[in-house]
Amino acid sequence: MDFTSLTFTDVSRHFGRRRALARVSFSAEAGQVVALLGANGSGKSTLLSIAATLLDASSGTVRYGGVTAREGGHMLRGRIGVLGHDLYIYPELSAAENLRFFADLYTLDAVPDRVNAALARAALQDRADDPVSSFSRGMRQRLAVERALLHEPRLVLLDEPFTGLDDVSANALRDRLRQLREQGAIVIVTTHELEAIEPIVDAAYVLTGGRLDPLADGAGSLRDRYRRAHA
Amino acid sequence: MSTAVLVVRKDLLVETRSREVVYTSLLFAISCMLVFAFGLVKEGRVVADAAAAILWITIAFAGTLALGRIFDRERQNETMRALLLAPAPRAAIYVGKLAGVVLLLLLVEAVVVPLVALMFDAPLFRHAAMMLGLLLAGSLGYAAVGTLFAAMLARSRSRATLLPVLLYPMTVPVIIGGVRGTAALLQPEADLAMARAWLVLLLCFDALFVTLSLWIFEPVMTE
Amino acid sequence: MKRLFPVALLVAIGMFAYAPFLILDAPYESTMGLVQKIFYFHVATAITMFGSAFVAGIAGAIFLFGNRPAADRVAVGAAELTVLFGLIVLISGPLWARKAWGVWWQWDARLTSTLVMWLVFQAYLVLRRFGGPGSEKLSAAVAVFGAALVPFVYWSVNLWRTVHPTTNVVPSLDPSMRGPFLWSVAAFLLLYVLLLGARTALENRRARLDSLYLALED
Repeated sequence: MDFTSLTFTDVSRHFGRRRALARVSFSAEAGQVVALLGANGSGKSTLLSIAATLLDASSGTVRYGGVTAREGGHMLRGRIGVLGHDLYIYPELSAAENLRFFADLYTLDAVPDRVNAALARAALQDRADDPVSSFSRGMRQRLAVERALLHEPRLVLLDEPFTGLDDVSANALRDRLRQLREQGAIVIVTTHELEAIEPIVDAAYVLTGGRLDPLADGAGSLRDRYRRAHA
Repeated sequence: MSTAVLVVRKDLLVETRSREVVYTSLLFAISCMLVFAFGLVKEGRVVADAAAAILWITIAFAGTLALGRIFDRERQNETMRALLLAPAPRAAIYVGKLAGVVLLLLLVEAVVVPLVALMFDAPLFRHAAMMLGLLLAGSLGYAAVGTLFAAMLARSRSRATLLPVLLYPMTVPVIIGGVRGTAALLQPEADLAMARAWLVLLLCFDALFVTLSLWIFEPVMTE
Repeated sequence: MKRLFPVALLVAIGMFAYAPFLILDAPYESTMGLVQKIFYFHVATAITMFGSAFVAGIAGAIFLFGNRPAADRVAVGAAELTVLFGLIVLISGPLWARKAWGVWWQWDARLTSTLVMWLVFQAYLVLRRFGGPGSEKLSAAVAVFGAALVPFVYWSVNLWRTVHPTTNVVPSLDPSMRGPFLWSVAAFLLLYVLLLGARTALENRRARLDSLYLALED
């Protein structure tokens, strides 16, 4: 079960009369980093949840290569990696235990090596056996990113991955995303930190009130273009 | 199946770290027994069949408390979503959570049953095998329905109030079966045939409701 | 359907208008006296209520597994009607019980299972009302479980104790009582179908209105 593109066609999602996503269409290819920009409540999390197969679209179709989430079933889910706003890690467990649990859940091979490598990338080797509840927000964020990427997913969905990261960690995360791009992952990132994502973005979209538009080309930085789009 | 085992192991590990659910459920169970005693002990003597009622209602109440907390825990960092994303049939996640809840209920029972036997002078160990059967079958049925609804309600706003409102009418057969089966064992002349009839009812309930939950978990957990 | 509705409504009104005459003509039961006449309401609404619970359960299952929103709109109506008819059963039952057994309430199989079902479908409505977004699927699961629960509640309470007149009351009914009884059952079932149809139509319209609102925004 593998795919090299993600395609949204006319995807809408509403909760009663509240519209969260309105006829969203876009596609992303393997080896692309796509940024989703927009204010809070503009539908970014809804879009990511639908792409993650956690939420059904009210109408429209989402295709992973040639298949839909229903057709792909749990094998498809195994190719998706999600970093949620709420991090998806157990505070009572240690960093290593969290990673080991998810590695086993994804039935990965060579679990100890993978866990050690992930801990090294998150710069948490010294704290591997400490409970996550004792970690700072930045440490948790680094751990959560590595947890989401542990199974080398094809589709990587990151909700605000730069939150709480210092400059060094943000740099490391950018390198990690570049590496994912080279490995042929489809990376979709929502963020408010335009400067942080700018150096690695291949395509950018803006969500406003559930509507998705490509960020207009033009002069200046990502933030300048974003401001112009909102003006 | 290995997914279910992983989920149980993880739940037990988390619980051994915090001990919160076991500790609060046990304390709550003992408080329940205390409160019942005021209503059901008359002139120093226990009202007929009261011990069976106290035992099962205590288990049900403590179970609700534990269910709520277990799924609050998965909600805290939205780890429930991470579990649902795992590349395994979602029913396996349900089985894992169910096994965790059953183990917890059995642990509570391991304390509550001897306490009821001592404090309400009930010969609960006279037919230990049958009693164990009733406890196992009753806990499984209660946990099967409870786990499904607690998991569903985890993303709902008023889950703390809705869980008991949903759970108690749904588990009426478990409570009747448990209480009456236990009462049959506690009579001066234990009525084993009656207890067996109740055990059969509980087992049928378990079979149907576990199957139904396995079947319904996947569509219900996709929003 | 639309043209059939007023016709069926007139038939239902006619049936309910004529029912008292039939019931009056039916033989006067000596031990129960006038109270026995409750039977024509009580049993007819009870049959309707349990039927309605199954309709809600099946509609809920179709909604969940077939992903068909239309089934959910039927399930809501059926759940509300289960509660409504359940209320009639729970009020008319004690009136009978007071005369027959000397108490208002008996913890027997039928009374208790009616109460349990009534609570389950109340829970369905509460969940829908207060559960927030996404509660349609959760309540559909409640309806499915509720319908599956009926035989178990009945079996367990029956094993526990029973004083209610047993099911064989209906076949052994005095032939001259059977006519009015079947008439009542038919009248209530027709009323049920009409109410469910109207309720579903309302829900369909609400869904249509919602989609128009959303289309307007586009």
